[in-house]
Amino acid sequence: MRLQIAKKMRINEAKQYVADKLGLTIEEICDVVTMSEVREDRGFGLGNFEPNAEANIGMEAKFRIAEALDIKINSVERFKERAGLK
Amino acid sequence: MSEEKKFFTRMGDGSIVYMTEAEIKDDIRAGVMDAADRGKIAPLTEDEMNHIYDIVTMPGGIVGVDPKDAIVTSNDSGSDKISTKCSIPVDRSINAMIHERVLGADSVDIGYSDYNYKTVKGVAKREAGVLKRALSYTTMPLFYGAMPNLGFYTKPDGPVDNWAVLLPEGKIKEAMAAQEEAVDHAVRDIVFVAEQMYDAGADGFMLDTSGAAGDADFLVSLKATELIKEKFPDMGVEIGMAGEFVLGMHGRLKYNDVRLAGLYPHQQVKLVEQAGASIFGAVVNTNCNMSFPWNIARVCTFIKACSEVATIPVHANAGMGVCAIPMCENLPADIVSRADKCLIEICKIDGL
Repeated sequence: MRLQIAKKMRINEAKQYVADKLGLTIEEICDVVTMSEVREDRGFGLGNFEPNAEANIGMEAKFRIAEALDIKINSVERFKERAGLK
Repeated sequence: MSEEKKFFTRMGDGSIVYMTEAEIKDDIRAGVMDAADRGKIAPLTEDEMNHIYDIVTMPGGIVGVDPKDAIVTSNDSGSDKISTKCSIPVDRSINAMIHERVLGADSVDIGYSDYNYKTVKGVAKREAGVLKRALSYTTMPLFYGAMPNLGFYTKPDGPVDNWAVLLPEGKIKEAMAAQEEAVDHAVRDIVFVAEQMYDAGADGFMLDTSGAAGDADFLVSLKATELIKEKFPDMGVEIGMAGEFVLGMHGRLKYNDVRLAGLYPHQQVKLVEQAGASIFGAVVNTNCNMSFPWNIARVCTFIKACSEVATIPVHANAGMGVCAIPMCENLPADIVSRADKCLIEICKIDGL
């Protein structure tokens, strides 16, 4: 979805882009079990939130997603501005 | 002699109907030809019509696609649906979290309960506060969304004369001038709201139900998108349509030398691309008096033509009363899942 919004990529191109950036196959990025592990390992955020102290969700996850996919995320950029990080 | 086998399906209003193989195939062909004739587009192939038949008659309540063919979702007033439709009093930022972590949505838009930009303009900074709160807690992309809703700019609630009153009086020139004036007001309001939402960190900006008041309404979305992309190139814009056909309430309005009145989805998407939008929300109306096979075949003919010429993602608007989804509040999953499967496998859409 982020690639569609940010780069106007159509679905197959967007899936390939994400798969390449994450070093996965198309089948793997469409698989809930594989992606739950990847998201947990790389701190991309999950639907389930426990254990809270170790879970990434919201802004901290978006920082990591922006870096991994090499895209600008507006809320991350605005957060950096407000927090004096840039 | 045994009675011919009949298959369960529904009418466009959601009511149950049983149809024979021949009746379903006849309706599929008629739906395809209706779209091809109206849109002056290619009909579906025999294989595609047979595939629709297979999906319509497939056993099981819910059908699906190959996991590798999964697509993404966007929506309109999504973050307000739990509150307004279900009357569960939940803040919209919490609503967004529910969509992400409970419903598995790929994105959602924060939208005011009075879902139009004229109303939102007065409370835009407060709306931006709701969006900012939601952006802090969610990981998926968030839009801010509303409708251009040009009719709201007419007297007595708005500043311009009401063209729906002027037209029956034969005041054609006055009606056209009123619409042109309303376009300027609406574009200004939308761009003002977009600025507040960009500053709060919006990933995208949704112009929903574009063209609801006719060609001038569609022109508002195109012009506003152009300005938004000029000012905030990092914020995507999704233009979702009101219907399959742009009504010529004005009749002479053009965008980049193309007359807007009478455009179908495969023509609308080219102007949406030129305006700079990231996603096009294509619509085909559901006919309540016709069967699901007729409706979905007609939808697939229009949406396939649109998807084939598009260079940006196409999200088929598959909600109540559009894209073969029945016109009823509580949607039957049997038809919704079949419509989605047809749209993904035949039309190669990018999202719903």
